[in-house]
Order: sequence, then C-alpha cells, then structure tokens
Amino acid sequence: MILLKLTWRSLWNRRISIVLTLLSIAISVSLLLGVEYIRKEAKSSFLNTISGTDLVVGARSGQVQLLLYSVFRIGNATNNIDWETYQHYKHHKQVKWTIPISLGDSHQGYRVLGTNTDYFKYYRYADKQNLALAKGVPFAGVYDAVLGAEVAKKLGYTLGHSITLAHGAGATSFSEHKNKPFKVVGILKPTGTPIDRTVHVSLEGIEAIHIDWKSGAPVAGFEISAEKAARMNLEPETITAFLVGLKSRAATFRLQREINEDRQEPLLAAVPGIALAELWKSVGQFETILRVITVFVLVAGLLGMLTTLLSTLNERRREMAILRAMGAYPLQILLLFLLEALVIAVLGCLLGCIFVLVGVLLAQPWITAEYGLYLNTWLPDGDDGIMLGLIVSLAVIFSALPALIAYRRTLQDGLTVKV
Amino acid sequence: MNIVELDQLHYCWKGQTKDTLHIPELSIAQGEHVFLRGESGSGKTTLLNLLAGILSPSSGSIRLLGQDLHNVSSIKRDRFRADHMGVIFQQFNLLPYLSVVENVTLPCHFSARRRDKAGDMQQSALSLLDHLQLGETLRGKIVSELSVGQQQRVAVARALMGQPEIIIADEPTSALDTNTRDRFIKLLFAQAEAQNSTILFVSHDPYIADYFPRVIELSEINQAL
Repeated sequence: MILLKLTWRSLWNRRISIVLTLLSIAISVSLLLGVEYIRKEAKSSFLNTISGTDLVVGARSGQVQLLLYSVFRIGNATNNIDWETYQHYKHHKQVKWTIPISLGDSHQGYRVLGTNTDYFKYYRYADKQNLALAKGVPFAGVYDAVLGAEVAKKLGYTLGHSITLAHGAGATSFSEHKNKPFKVVGILKPTGTPIDRTVHVSLEGIEAIHIDWKSGAPVAGFEISAEKAARMNLEPETITAFLVGLKSRAATFRLQREINEDRQEPLLAAVPGIALAELWKSVGQFETILRVITVFVLVAGLLGMLTTLLSTLNERRREMAILRAMGAYPLQILLLFLLEALVIAVLGCLLGCIFVLVGVLLAQPWITAEYGLYLNTWLPDGDDGIMLGLIVSLAVIFSALPALIAYRRTLQDGLTVKV
Repeated sequence: MNIVELDQLHYCWKGQTKDTLHIPELSIAQGEHVFLRGESGSGKTTLLNLLAGILSPSSGSIRLLGQDLHNVSSIKRDRFRADHMGVIFQQFNLLPYLSVVENVTLPCHFSARRRDKAGDMQQSALSLLDHLQLGETLRGKIVSELSVGQQQRVAVARALMGQPEIIIADEPTSALDTNTRDRFIKLLFAQAEAQNSTILFVSHDPYIADYFPRVIELSEINQAL
C-alpha cells in the first residue's frame, strides 16, 4: 500500500515530465487503436457493399475484376453479355430474381448504371438493407434518372434537374449525349457504398442514347431525336453484368458451375462473399504496413517513457537511500520503479482510449455527412483489450532496465549516497 | 544488555585483498550515547553500513540487541533495521513529495512494530514535532521550503518515530551552523533519552564530542588501518 502511495506521490511530484510521457504514450495508443478501428470499419463497410446477392455474373475474366466493375464501379468490363443469355438465366428455375447492369457512360465523372426497377426492389447492402429514396421516385420513363446521395450533394442537383450523360467513364468526355438529356426524378439515401456515387437510369435510357451511335461514336448525319428514340424498340442487345438472387442458397455452387460452363457464351459467375474476401486480401497489404508503422510509433512512445525514467534515476538516488534506511527491501525499490511504469502505462492507455472515443464521436457526424459512411461508436473489443494488455506488459518490461539499475545501486549505496 | 557487540569483525570489499575494517572488540551499552569519530577513509561508512545491516561482515560477529546479525538473510536484516533503528543522514533526509507529517510517519509503514509502538501515528508524529520545536506553521509547508536545520529536526522526529532502540546519525550536523548545531544536538539528546533510545553519532567534528559520555576514535579500534 505504502509503495502505491509513494509511487503516486513521486509521480505527482514530477508531473510535468510525467504528463508529457503520458501524452506520448496516449497518442501512440490512440493511433494504434484508431488504425485498428479504421481497418475494421473499412473492412465492414467494404464487405457491406453488397449483400443478399448470391451470384454476380459477367463476361469471363477474373472474379476480382468482375466485382470491381459491377459492384465497385472501378475499371471496365472486357466484354458484354448477350441479352438472350441474360434472359435464359433470368428465367432459370433456381433463380428468384436478377438485376441487369449496363455500364459505360458517366456524368461528371460519376458512373452511370443502366438497370431496371428490380434494382430498387432487390439490391441489398450492409445488413440486408434495401435501397431507399430520400426524395422522389424510382425511374419510370426512358429519360428518368435516380442519383446516388453523393452525386446529388456534390453536384448540387435536386429533383427536376436536367443532366447530360457522357460516353465513357472519364471526368471529362468529349462525346456527350447532348441531344438526349435526362431528368432527375429521385435521389437515394446515403448508403456508404459506391451506390452513392452512381447515376441510375433505365436500360431503355442507355439504349436510347446509343441508338444513333455505332462503335462508340455518333454516326455523322444520322441523328434520332429523343422523342422519336423513346418510341422505338429499346430492348438492349447486350448488358454488362447481372446480379442473381436464388430461391435457395444451397443451389449457389451448382448454378455457378452451370454458368461457368455455359457453352453459348464464355461467362463468369462469382460468389460475392468469396470474391470480396479475395479482393480484400489484395487491398489488405496496406493494413499490415499501417500496423507496422503504428507499432513503431508505440515503441517510440515507450522509449520516451524509458528515457524519462532513466533520467530521474540519479536524482532519485537519495530517495532510494532514505527508503532503504527505513527498512525497505531492495525488491521494494525495484517494485517502486515497475509500479511507476505500470501507472504511466495504464493511465496512458486509458487516455489513449478516451482520445479514440472522443475522436470517433466528433468525426461521426462529419464522416456520415461527407462520405455517407456510418461509423460505429468506438468501444474496446477483445482484440483491443489484448493489445492494451500487451502495451502495458511491454511498458513494464521496458521499465525493468531502470528498475534493475536502481536495485543494483541501492545494494551498492546502502545508507551513504555518493551524489 | 548491550546494544552493540562486535567480536573479531572483519570486512573486506569484494575484489580487495586487504581488510577495510577489523575491529577485535567493541561493545556499547543501552543508553550509552556514543560519539564515533573518524576521518574520511577510516572505515566509518563501512562500519555504519555493517551496523545498519546493509552489509554483512566477511567474518566475525555483530550482535545488535543480543541478536546475531551475521548469519541471517538480508531480508531479516532489513526487517531488523526497520524495527529497531532510526537513521539520520547528513542532509536531504526527507522525501520531497511527502508532507512533513507523512515523512515523520514513514517508518511506521515499513515496520509493524514501530506502528504499534507509535499508537496513533498522526498524534505521535505531531507530538514529536512539537518537542523538536517545529511549530504548526511549519507542518503545512512542503519539505523543500524548510530550512536545513528544520529539515534535520524533521529527520530526528522520523528517526525517533515508534521508539526504535538505536538511532544512527551520520554527520547530521555538518550542514548546520554552530548555534543551530548546538540546539539540534540538545533536542536530539532530550528526545532520545525521553524514549530510551541509544544514539550512535558518527562524525569527524571533534567539537561535538563534548556532548557525549563516550567517545570512540575509529582509528584506535580499527586494526585494519
């Protein structure tokens, strides 16, 4: 008991340098916990991008590439799928629903996705959540568009706004579909997924703007007006990909094999969960690097503490001799130093936790507003507990050096101190 | 009963061939305040550490209060020191982060015996401080605000706390001026006698010798020199 009191009072007596040490440990702890938290949040938000879909089907390529363009709107498809093939699988007896996806156009750098109203009915993200409209209605007409939350916010669009689509995916495109503008009829609620950065139109709309085009360019002198195009047959010949929901999940792998072995067309069916995991593994390299960096920061913090403890050794020599004269065992002197490190480390960890908690609470509304990402409130979980435990043990191990020096000195000095 | 009995005491520092200390015989009776005079290098420090149980003799025996301290573990010697000895240093006796009263009660936290003897720790610390002419205004101060003389008197109060049989004072007056020194020694004697403690006073200063009934010249009893 007396040792705890002495430790506490002695620390308080040196509070300025101790508070600085504490801060440096708290900052490294909060960095470590913060990085871990961001990693977990990023992973869950990443894995939350798509849910409830059993298969993603596209032209044969890699499953990561398929996932990237069909779900994350990154990169482009190498090939399209024949409309007939899509119809075949749409009416497959195992299939409950499908969502066709047609990509290739953009608006101000945001990808345009052609689909049908099943998209609003069946697409699920996060924990099997449906898409919801913040304003307006799903598209019904050929030239209707539904915007993702971020598109509407960043570009300042509201219902009734008229937008022109551009050919290709770049932010600046020289070939725009100027003669067939779209009208914003709906704006989706934020989802924290790439949907927020997508402009949704009907498959017919995509078909209509390309009706007077050939091989990716408008045919000179051959222009069909918007009204006329809308009345024409707008059934697409091809789509980019489609999502599949099955009647029974048990049939997933059977249907996957069937699609992969399709003799009519080279197709690839990917199970989203498996593809996401593979994709995350390649993205995940980054987290290892981040972790290594934070561990170094932590070690720097602990070395700072070690320096502080070592630098006080000389001035505390007298203190140790007094305690020895009182009858304190050399082991108690050793313990005094270990306790000191323990107190600093525990307080540093607590302070670090508070930093993270407060930081997340402060960042939450901003992140949600700016990125549509919903952050979970930070609470230390089992992993964090283990990490904090390791930090404290490491601190105590580090402090063994000054403790042992003090121990040896008390044995040498005895009651007389050579200062 | 003798407080201290040394018999053929030898002490040799590790790595040295020659004894630092060789005292064939020394005994000090209870209540017989002793002035141990020695120049630096006369083995004063070594003897002090041996008496306090920090060091263990190379050979020969040390008996304190009738107990042989030669062949016991260092933990037992530490325990013995905590229970039966009060120590006063030259200066910087006090822990700067404790209050005056907390400094005085400190020995009671390391020795149950002294805690029991002190009874109400707070009360007996205050009465000791009173007797050593440290008024109430001084008790609230932080230790570093006290003068050296005041600090040394607080150290006396601490050494006397819980009535240990032996008070070891290692040049406690060297940092004091003559007037303060005289007052300090008088107060030390008065309080030590009031609770029947024996003072072992180590110093090189011959002027203090007059206060003591017995003066031992270390250079005369240490055969190693």
